[in-house]
Amino acid sequence: MTFGVVVFPGSNCEQDAYHAATDVLGQNARYLWHKDTDLKGADVVVLPGGFAHGDYLRVGAMARFSPIMASVKEFAANGGPVVGICNGFQILLEAGLLPGAMLRNRSLKYQCEFVHVRVEQTDTPFTSGARAGQVLRLPIGHGEGNYFAPPELLQKIEANRQVVLRYCDANGHVDDQSNPNGSVNAIAALCNEKRNVLGMMPHPERACEPLLGGDDGRILLASVVNAMAAR
Amino acid sequence: MIDAQALQRHGLTAAEYDRIVAFLGREPNLTELGIFSVMWSEHCSYKSSRVHLRTLPTRGPQVLQGPGENAGAIDIGDGLAAVFKIESHNHPSFIEPYQGAATGVGGIIRDIFTMGARPIALLNSLRFGSLDAPGTSRLVEGVVAGIAGYGNSIGIPTIGGEVVFEPAYAGNPLVNVFCLGIARADDLVKGVASGVGNAVYYVGAKTGRDGIHGATMASAEFDEKSAEKRPAVQVGDPFMEKLLLEACLEVMKTDALVGIQDMGAAGLTCSTTEMGSRGGAGIEIDVALVPQREAGMTPYEIMLSESQERMLLVAKRGREAEVEAVFDKWDLHAVKIGEVTSDGMLRVKNGGQVAAQIPNRALTDEAPVYERPMGRPDYLDEAQKLDLDALGTSKTDHNAALLALLASPTIASKRWIYRQYDHMVQTNTINLPGLGAGVVRIKGTDRGLAMSVDGNGRYCYLDPKRGAMLAVAEAARNVACAGARPLGATNCLNFGNPERPAIMWQFGQAVQGIGEACRALDVPITGGNVSLYNETDGRAIYPTPVIGVVGVLEHADRVLARRFRGPGDAIVLFGTGRGELGGSEYLKVCYDRVCGLPPALDLAAERALQVLLVSLAGDRLLRSANDCSDGGIAAAIAESCFDTNGMGAEASIDAVAVAQATGLNEAAALFGESATRVVASVTPDDVATVLERAAGAGVPARVIGQTGGNLLRLAVGGRTAIDLSVDEAERIWTSALESYFRKVAA
Repeated sequence: MTFGVVVFPGSNCEQDAYHAATDVLGQNARYLWHKDTDLKGADVVVLPGGFAHGDYLRVGAMARFSPIMASVKEFAANGGPVVGICNGFQILLEAGLLPGAMLRNRSLKYQCEFVHVRVEQTDTPFTSGARAGQVLRLPIGHGEGNYFAPPELLQKIEANRQVVLRYCDANGHVDDQSNPNGSVNAIAALCNEKRNVLGMMPHPERACEPLLGGDDGRILLASVVNAMAAR
Repeated sequence: MIDAQALQRHGLTAAEYDRIVAFLGREPNLTELGIFSVMWSEHCSYKSSRVHLRTLPTRGPQVLQGPGENAGAIDIGDGLAAVFKIESHNHPSFIEPYQGAATGVGGIIRDIFTMGARPIALLNSLRFGSLDAPGTSRLVEGVVAGIAGYGNSIGIPTIGGEVVFEPAYAGNPLVNVFCLGIARADDLVKGVASGVGNAVYYVGAKTGRDGIHGATMASAEFDEKSAEKRPAVQVGDPFMEKLLLEACLEVMKTDALVGIQDMGAAGLTCSTTEMGSRGGAGIEIDVALVPQREAGMTPYEIMLSESQERMLLVAKRGREAEVEAVFDKWDLHAVKIGEVTSDGMLRVKNGGQVAAQIPNRALTDEAPVYERPMGRPDYLDEAQKLDLDALGTSKTDHNAALLALLASPTIASKRWIYRQYDHMVQTNTINLPGLGAGVVRIKGTDRGLAMSVDGNGRYCYLDPKRGAMLAVAEAARNVACAGARPLGATNCLNFGNPERPAIMWQFGQAVQGIGEACRALDVPITGGNVSLYNETDGRAIYPTPVIGVVGVLEHADRVLARRFRGPGDAIVLFGTGRGELGGSEYLKVCYDRVCGLPPALDLAAERALQVLLVSLAGDRLLRSANDCSDGGIAAAIAESCFDTNGMGAEASIDAVAVAQATGLNEAAALFGESATRVVASVTPDDVATVLERAAGAGVPARVIGQTGGNLLRLAVGGRTAIDLSVDEAERIWTSALESYFRKVAA
């Protein structure tokens, strides 16, 4: 299968996603330039991390106007799997493909470190290979990953089981201490109601090889590959 | 028009002015004077340092590019080159910490991708005043945020570095940034202009009035008025640079370029003259064509602006459209501002009118070179004295001393800092920050690269030559501790005012030391940077040469880090402790003294140790390795216990006799900083082989203890001197910096 990795000016994790898809998972990958509208036959679309358009206005706010985003929206509307990682998550929020918004980390600082997340839902193409409640160790690297949704929306998100990953400690307990950025309900990853669009702050592509300190990210990326093969 | 005041404003002497007139055969106009002033500034011309730098070893079979280009390069196998350099941004960072540090990072990154290399790693070496002195925390917060803001955004991991706090840097913090990139060895690009009639392009950010005379500012001392120089600090735009990086690397693949250079210090002036000079050609540009951010800029301002994120490139004739198309794709617009000429002149036009006309040679090769007078400083005799028995009551609570050292901000965990740096982007980082040298794997090969930046201003203050040698040795040893073979070096020489004989003596001594050590350890200097005039109100920093060493790891998966790997391993000490406390962190922390002679260094022994480490690591005979430096063997063993979930260690250290008091002798054994020592762990099965190989290499080695339990217990001469819970020690080490900044924020 083919991963389509969108490249915005200012993206900086596109090569990492490409490497994980090709060299690690043995799949095909194509870069999708933000000014294009052709998804080049991608089976899954990745919005990678980085600082699209410099993120000078508001994170992700400019990227949603890039021509490729209309195609991505259409792809998602037709049930195609779309995953936004870090800045990609922020772009999905701005583009209205996922609900809610991002605030600055409560530390007010950029944070790069390994964290633990608990798998909350396994009926998405991105987590089908994980066990419910499984604890994954994944890196984060962001300054604005403090997910926020107003109470009513939050209730709806939880009722629809849209929270896919939650920050937790090494044993899977969710508590304030293991929440790295202050996200409401410790939300680390979120899907849409149709469950084919996922936004996540942790970087699975940074944890696909033991040499890099962990390979739990591979569980998520391999899930997509298997889910698509099963279709 | 040009009077004594104008000369003073431009930092030029009367003699230098006479030289200018002689070159031109006439009086210069103001634009020309400005151009001379920046090109002949200390920062661009190296006029005080050049005679010394010439003595450094710069050649070797592994060197693909030595000093003189935008960055140096070494052969790392597989047809690849590692392109790297270190540079200072001290003065701007003091005036405006965030932007000063950010643009320092931007500048060194441009130097690397200009060579055709994709930057894959950043390191930094930072020095500030005491953490509790007023103003320090603001500087630290600003500098760290600036480095993070730029590096994180552009997507180059900051994988390591060093941070030191010392009163000598209170008025002059040091911000030295190192960048490394990878290129095909055959595809290195030069900063050269040649081929008469070839188009000279300008690309990147527009030119504004920011940073005019930045190079001149970096060539003068500070005083209380320095804060007024804020307009001379530039503002960084990492997004623009990211576009430039991608576009330039894409253009280089087309083979349509002759050469390229970034506009760093002295902006358009430096890039045009240096490119022309390297190619033996001239360049004619029209400043009216230069994209400008503000209206009404004069040729003087345009030529001297240090606006960031700008590149100058020369395209092959007939290939211009290809070059323009790539930049258009990235929404950057390459503008033709002139062409290469045959007359060796820098000719600056403004519309039809010639605004400046100077032979390139006069600005580069013929810039003044000074053999400044040198004199051994008066303070040395007194400072080098160390009578341990006269220190006062000898301290016998070694537990307390070790905890104090682990909490000292120079030794304490730097997690608070490196957590703010994206150190994982590009998915190559295989030794996370804090675990030793920075190590990245090289995708598509089996190899990795280890890199370390090190300096010790205190040692250099006490003996500049030996201190500089120790800096080279430590940087190379850190690389070897990761299992990588040191291959090349870059240096950043931070000193005071070279017009003072004492400072120039320190400089000369340090360069001698670097030269000797680099020769002995086979790490040629491939480039670097000199930062002088690091003085405020007449008080100079400690002489601080910072050395970056790069080494190659044949098998990335055999990388070593500082931490112990499991219980029951033997702890092996390579090298010999002699209880040297001169210039040590122990004397500073426990007695508030900076005195004595820095540790002795036997370069042959150092070389033997490093070669042995690399070979043992390559054969998977070591499980961990940690260099003994600040805080001595006690701190080194403690650090090896950290980040292991509280695994302990028990070791017995040889006694030394350097004082009368038992307490001091024990402290000297535990905390003395004798060089050429490494604490390693080895599985019991491999101990005999390791000791045999060490004996064969002539490296002293013995088993001093073993890992396990949850206590850190160190005995000196059979008597228990340290007995601590690893958890407690680690908590203090981990939280020292963090709790300080939390306090400041509250």
